[in-house]
Amino acid sequence: MSLLIRNGRVVDPAGSMDAVQDVLVKGDRVERLGSGLPAPDGAAVIDAAGKVVCPGFIDIHVHLREPGFEYKETVATGTRAAAAGGFTAVCCMANTHPVNDNRSITDYIRARAAAEGAVRVYPIGAVTRGLGGKELAELAELAEAGCVAFSDDGKCVMNAALYRRAMEYTLPFGVPVISHAEDDHLADGGAMHEGVVSTELGVPGVPAAAEDVMVARDILLAELTGAHLHVAHLSTAGAVRLVREAKARGVRVTAEVTPHHLLLTDEAVRSFDVNTKMNPPLRSRRDTEALLEGLLEGTIDCIATDHAPHALSEKEGEFDRAAFGIVGLETAVGLLLDRLVRPGILPLPTLVARLSRDPARLLGLPGGSLAPGSPADLTILDPSAEWTVDPARFESRSRNTPFGGWTLTGRPWMTIVGGRIAWQ
Amino acid sequence: MGWSRKDLVSMRELDAVEILMLVDTAASLQEIAGREIKKVPALRGKTIVNLFYENSTRTRTSFEIAGKWLSADVINFSAGGSSAAKGESFIDTAKNIAAMSPDVVVVRHSSAGAADVLARALPCAVVNAGDGAHEHPTQALLDLLTIREHKGHFEGLSVAIVGDIAHSRVARSNIHGMRKLGMTVTVAGPPTLIPPFVQELGVKVSYRLEDAIRDVDVIMMLRLQQERMTAGLIPSVREYSRYWGLTLDKLSAHARPDVLIMHPGPVNRGVELSPELADGPYSVILDQVAKGVAVRMAVLFLLAGNKGGGEP
Repeated sequence: MSLLIRNGRVVDPAGSMDAVQDVLVKGDRVERLGSGLPAPDGAAVIDAAGKVVCPGFIDIHVHLREPGFEYKETVATGTRAAAAGGFTAVCCMANTHPVNDNRSITDYIRARAAAEGAVRVYPIGAVTRGLGGKELAELAELAEAGCVAFSDDGKCVMNAALYRRAMEYTLPFGVPVISHAEDDHLADGGAMHEGVVSTELGVPGVPAAAEDVMVARDILLAELTGAHLHVAHLSTAGAVRLVREAKARGVRVTAEVTPHHLLLTDEAVRSFDVNTKMNPPLRSRRDTEALLEGLLEGTIDCIATDHAPHALSEKEGEFDRAAFGIVGLETAVGLLLDRLVRPGILPLPTLVARLSRDPARLLGLPGGSLAPGSPADLTILDPSAEWTVDPARFESRSRNTPFGGWTLTGRPWMTIVGGRIAWQ
Repeated sequence: MGWSRKDLVSMRELDAVEILMLVDTAASLQEIAGREIKKVPALRGKTIVNLFYENSTRTRTSFEIAGKWLSADVINFSAGGSSAAKGESFIDTAKNIAAMSPDVVVVRHSSAGAADVLARALPCAVVNAGDGAHEHPTQALLDLLTIREHKGHFEGLSVAIVGDIAHSRVARSNIHGMRKLGMTVTVAGPPTLIPPFVQELGVKVSYRLEDAIRDVDVIMMLRLQQERMTAGLIPSVREYSRYWGLTLDKLSAHARPDVLIMHPGPVNRGVELSPELADGPYSVILDQVAKGVAVRMAVLFLLAGNKGGGEP
């Protein structure tokens, strides 16, 4: 089965390509790129004139919730949401129930993904048993079972000695530890960013230092051990500075940022809308500016959504009692195109790089490139489509987004995984 | 100009004209407390639900009396003996109560923003009777009424609010109200009890009681919750009292002779306020409580009263 994608603007940062080209896919691989390519016999032809053809987007920070929280999301619904959002692969965090801290859970997730996944799924294993922060999970076996990184995401491994050992123990596997950098004591009881807005609202705050302290600690541990540290969902100007300095020093540290931390500030919490509650919290204007700067210069390596589905009953009522987190897969690309690319803040090729090439390199995943022989994972964007975010129409099982009702220009148009159209 | 809001959720959202309308209305309703028959028909046939998720004697009683003096039917709901104790969510409970068509829901809740959420969810009027550390607008209004009765005006007055500002909804509502009426506000307490960036609300900050109370017209002492100690915010109640407790000696040495001492209650006698001050000539604490009923009558009347109707 062949697929010829004609006349799209092909943006492939890995190959320094940004030109109108045809892309020929044969089977599950990219065959070649060129102008005026003839369609092989029996090939399906896609007219992509006016569209942007990119390597498939990869979201390395997603909560698929299965097993254990199927009422929030499943591998099937979460990967459909991913496909609808233009992602061809996702990495799913370990805070399922039971926790993905042993091979049987990793196998289960992979089996569900093989049976029902609309996109590629790469599990992330827990660092500690039950995310308890007390003893290491069976990391070698998890790596062998296919975990592409280790993280207790949602919780911070507060014991620095244990985290050091995790970094050392996983060195031979060539996969990073992903830090949810949040000092439990500094963050204790906080429900939003600590600043003038939290003071005015009387909502307990989480100071930026709760993140900065832990990013600093983890960078020092990475320096000590030589491990690859990846910092999840950077949210503060201080953390950006720490990562920048560490990279300059040669520490093996990478970082990600979410669309919501780039686009929203703590001012959004004034409504007490529980969909503005996430962890880390929405920060100040100064922080969003630093995050954007970090993303542009490459201090921040990639964009990840931290897609965190929750049922309505967990996301209504009292702000301080509501669950942390929002869904992100189906809004990320549209938001970034409309709010950052269209106004000229973020060049389109940079956005594509931070969503495809860079996350692929970071975790050593297939994809992220349209070079001949690459997996035929492609995201095709319609940069001029105007649409309104309607949570009721999400493929995700959950609706918890602060972006409902936003009108955006630009969105995913087609998602191709392994040479097959996963979503259109 | 009449009252136009559906709800009373915060002092922050009110402008000076609205605040004065509430205070003036409350002032005119005070005389009802002195009548032999304390009942006017203003809210006859109206239903008020007191939805109290947090313990409160004074505020709930005050709202209840206010509603009854206005001839409304007042129903008290407290979370302890209700469906909330059986696990029903806040929103579900509220919607169930709304289905019984009350005219006003008065809500007290330990979560900041609870009244905002309720006001959006319910078609009836919602009055915030205290939501977490966010706001307590009727307390601020009764404080303002008390201040005006004793000082005659607002503009140019100076106030020191002393104690646990960080966890105080009374402080927040008063800061907004007082600033809008042209008063100068200083908040004072140990730095661990002063919320970050509070200066941006237009107040001065002091870390020394003696400085904070010098030359002010009003001193408002806040209650110290015992759990602040276990949270590591202060070393001990003893030390707090030593440095932040207001005594007659400190008052005589540093404050003006005509200063008013206020406290939203309940008072920790001997902690933030010495007994001789709580009961002494400077104190207007019981006056605050009395004015609380008038303020709540004014709020209920303006929110639920016959729109464009006559005086009660």
